[in-house]
Amino acid sequence: MTTKTFGEPIARLEDPRLLTGQGRFLDDIGHRALAAAFVRSPHAHARITGIDVTDAIGVDGLVAVYTHEDLDGRAGEPLPLLIPHEALTHGRTGYALAKDEVNHVGEPIVMVVATDRYVAEDVCARIGVDYEFLPPVVGIEAARDGDLLVHDDVPGNVAARMVQSRGDAAAAIDAAPHVLELDLDIERSASTPLEGKGVHARWDADDASLRVYTSTQASTSVRAALAARLELPPDRVEVIAPDVGGGFGVKIVHPWPEEVLVPWAAIRLGREVKWTEDRREHFVGATHERGQLQHVRVGFDDEGRLLGLDVTVWHDNGAYTPYGIIVPIITTTQLLGPYKPGAYRAEFFSLYTNTVSVTPYRGAGRPQGCFAMERTMDAVAAHLGLDRTVVRERNFIRPDEMPYDHGLIFQDGRPLVYDSGDYPATLEKLKKLVGWEEFEAYRDEARAAGRRVGIGIACYVEGTGVGPYEGGWVKVETDGSVVAATGLTTQGQGHRTAFAQVVAEELGVPVDRVNVTTGDTRRFGYAVGTFASRAAVMSGNALAAAARKVRDKALRIAGEALEADPRDLEIVDGVVRVIGSPASAPGGSIPLATVAVLANPLRYAFDREAERATQFGGPVDFSKPPVAEGESPGLEDTGFYSPPRSTFANGMHAAIVETDPDTAEITILRYCVVHDCGTLINPRIVEGQIHGGVAQGVGGALYERMVYDDAGQLLNASFMDFLMPYATEVPVVETDHLETPSPLNPLGIKGAGEAGVIPGSAVLASAISDAEGFAITRMPISPSDLYSLRSTSTRMGETPR
Amino acid sequence: MKPAGFTYHRPVTVDDAVAVLAEVSPAGKVLAGGQSLVPLLNMRLAAPEHLVDINRLSELAYVRAGGDAVTVGALARHADVERDDAAYAVLPLLRDTLRHVAHPTIRNRGTTVGSIAHADPAGELTAVLALLGGTVTLRSAAAERTVTAADFFTGPMSTCADAGELVTSVTFPVPEGRTGAVWTEVARRHGDYAVCGTGTVVTLDDDLRVAGARAAFVSMGPEPVVLDVTDAVAGATHDTADWAAAGRLAAGRLDPEDDIHATADYRTHLAEVLTTRALRDAARRAAEVAP
Repeated sequence: MTTKTFGEPIARLEDPRLLTGQGRFLDDIGHRALAAAFVRSPHAHARITGIDVTDAIGVDGLVAVYTHEDLDGRAGEPLPLLIPHEALTHGRTGYALAKDEVNHVGEPIVMVVATDRYVAEDVCARIGVDYEFLPPVVGIEAARDGDLLVHDDVPGNVAARMVQSRGDAAAAIDAAPHVLELDLDIERSASTPLEGKGVHARWDADDASLRVYTSTQASTSVRAALAARLELPPDRVEVIAPDVGGGFGVKIVHPWPEEVLVPWAAIRLGREVKWTEDRREHFVGATHERGQLQHVRVGFDDEGRLLGLDVTVWHDNGAYTPYGIIVPIITTTQLLGPYKPGAYRAEFFSLYTNTVSVTPYRGAGRPQGCFAMERTMDAVAAHLGLDRTVVRERNFIRPDEMPYDHGLIFQDGRPLVYDSGDYPATLEKLKKLVGWEEFEAYRDEARAAGRRVGIGIACYVEGTGVGPYEGGWVKVETDGSVVAATGLTTQGQGHRTAFAQVVAEELGVPVDRVNVTTGDTRRFGYAVGTFASRAAVMSGNALAAAARKVRDKALRIAGEALEADPRDLEIVDGVVRVIGSPASAPGGSIPLATVAVLANPLRYAFDREAERATQFGGPVDFSKPPVAEGESPGLEDTGFYSPPRSTFANGMHAAIVETDPDTAEITILRYCVVHDCGTLINPRIVEGQIHGGVAQGVGGALYERMVYDDAGQLLNASFMDFLMPYATEVPVVETDHLETPSPLNPLGIKGAGEAGVIPGSAVLASAISDAEGFAITRMPISPSDLYSLRSTSTRMGETPR
Repeated sequence: MKPAGFTYHRPVTVDDAVAVLAEVSPAGKVLAGGQSLVPLLNMRLAAPEHLVDINRLSELAYVRAGGDAVTVGALARHADVERDDAAYAVLPLLRDTLRHVAHPTIRNRGTTVGSIAHADPAGELTAVLALLGGTVTLRSAAAERTVTAADFFTGPMSTCADAGELVTSVTFPVPEGRTGAVWTEVARRHGDYAVCGTGTVVTLDDDLRVAGARAAFVSMGPEPVVLDVTDAVAGATHDTADWAAAGRLAAGRLDPEDDIHATADYRTHLAEVLTTRALRDAARRAAEVAP
């Protein structure tokens, strides 16, 4: 393998292990651990009046039963509100085990620990809980009405109300030649990683230390939270994310009730305890996203240029607000996409309902914002009889207007300033890729054959690489291999490959000599987490900084050994040499492995190579100490990256769909993506991220919904009825890239993790509307929904096209 | 999602199996491919005290295709039936339908007889058996009996089988005369239970005029529904028959329910569209049969 791999589509280094069953996921750990199971509320809203464990006592294999009363110290306090915000005036969180009241089906009430999960579930079935029923608030309309309350002390069910504006939107709209209003509706979906949550904890009483494995996106923060909750010194707590089978946002929330309770019980019992979430629990015991109602009022001129935009969002935040109001903030800032809205006003209400809490799911409020903006663009085009791409182009921020300041505050609390991007070029590429100009001919051809087809487009801009920081550590071992670590976690994205490419590039070593560890507090203790398409931007740049320091040190030491100026040296394939000289030149090169040996002055030789670093190993300058002042032994260093603000990736999707005139079945014929995430570390990994995102976008648009009945029961809490798309439902994704480097970081990277999912509902609504001749305003849409709409909708033209 | 405790039995002969079932009756449940039962156990929607695993009953692992019928033993997997060329030669409808049953991995484990004994009104094979007027053979420790599909299915997930009985085989008769048969369905995703599914059989006379037309449905009622729609098309030549009228006739006689995936209205509409399509296709196939 050659040194040069940065930017190359190399195969993922982790795949042979993962694809041959060598992965080590949470449930692979601790086979002899005690098992936990939970009695969860079967009711959406109720007061707990009694818990009867009489029938459970004496069951063979039962170890312990815990309720809220047992949670001593800080373990019994409400769970943390992770991201406070001044607009979140009525933030509420639940308890690790419910105290007095339950606010959604699935809320944990009793923890059972037993010798195995079978027994634990048997015991759960024998525990009786008495409830006094309270009326449930289900659905955004019910929450907005405010007649019934989720939390007695939260009037109108309003957790937060927030307004952001620039200029006088109402006046601009009133003065505009054309005004349109849209009412839009996006239903709930969820991250639904194939591996649910899971926690394993082991208390070492002799060492007074706790080791926790958890399927998380934020191991360092889990450590901080556990140390606080369990009142342990942080250095006595180790948290490790093993292989994680998908996160997609849900696993950034922490500490989960189970994440507190399993370690708490392990300490109390002095035994290993494990809990692995099952699918049914995940549907009701984790978090959801997406549910919003939106009202858009837009004013525009004869050319379709926006003059004023006023958006109101009613956001369903479920029972609690553990992750603050990040999702609606993102919706109301990121809906602007690549456009200049004229005067802008966005207001959101974050509302409680007696359903599972809402926290970010890949896209994190952007799919809803994109839906609002792109439905608006289509409506403007339809109103003026203009091509949909023309209206979009007329509203684009031009490349020469970058950096572009929207005059709003983004989710990181910093100004919403786009760093770079070429939206007209992206659109041109997309139109060419999908054949936008040729589509009418194709439509005519299809119509002649009795087929109904439509084309749709949707554009987005995604704030990625959110701060505050990440760090990286790089070390060259004495065998020339390189170990690196970063604190953020990995859930299957291919970080180990991408980060190895970054380190290999900086250090001049073959990529397969670099071994990267993520999400292990034992290896790197300072980190924020994996979310907001930030890993490559943040840890990529941090590891590059660390590797650059190591490289500089290696060249300094090699310069001394070779009696050369470090500035004349380079590292190629793991060998330091005079620039341009062949590695075989005598005395003109030194392996990085040897430099690593020399970097650590030794008293004792452990092998032949190490002899060179001992006190009698070679010529010595007696005027200097063995380790130079200001240096540290070893060829290792750490680096950090902290961005001034987020970097903004962008992209545009186009889809061609066919709708069956008789059965109303919806088929995606083509799905095209043009994407710009700055400099690419590994195009293959970026493509994979896009493919996965598109799959989830298609799921959210055509298949997935959380069906709650009026009583707050989730009716489809299984993969049989929650329709995650199969491979057979996901179209072939045709992609093209632009690379507009970010000026904000040394590598020029922008994030790519969420891009694929963002425009899914918007682009498919656009295409279905185009096929059917009436505007789709509610997603997801099923064939049954489309059939109903056909008989009730007003067509945009005279006849369906 | 762990099952409640049960006693596990694994007999190796049919005689032993029915003896165990008799002994534990009515607390026993038969485990074949497990594709429906195991999820029910794990979700504790079913908690039988005894599980009688018939996966060692190799004597029931057969597909027998004759000129007038295909008989499927209780241990034949869906995939065995699907891939059986002799069965396909006499009754292509079986393979055509099985391609709509879940996914290959499920068909490799799940059994055709098991899905019929489970009597899920969304199960395609239940409708095919009813459409063809097939029979079900049951063994108990005391006796063996054969009942018609119409008598076997008594409601959603319910059959006339007694607690001590094992369904040992089902027989799909080959329709007589010049016939064509077609399965079609609309499902939310490939391999899902159908929102509406229909199987049709059309019989033509020597002049290629319609002599009989029947359709069976899944997901359209509590048990497989079989409708004779010959009246709408009797005597017409296969290529001029008003199949849409037959589709309307069928749809008008169905009474499906709303669920989270589709409204009853949409289901009824689909039944009309799919029945029309499937009857037309079945008639075309019948016309192509060598006289």
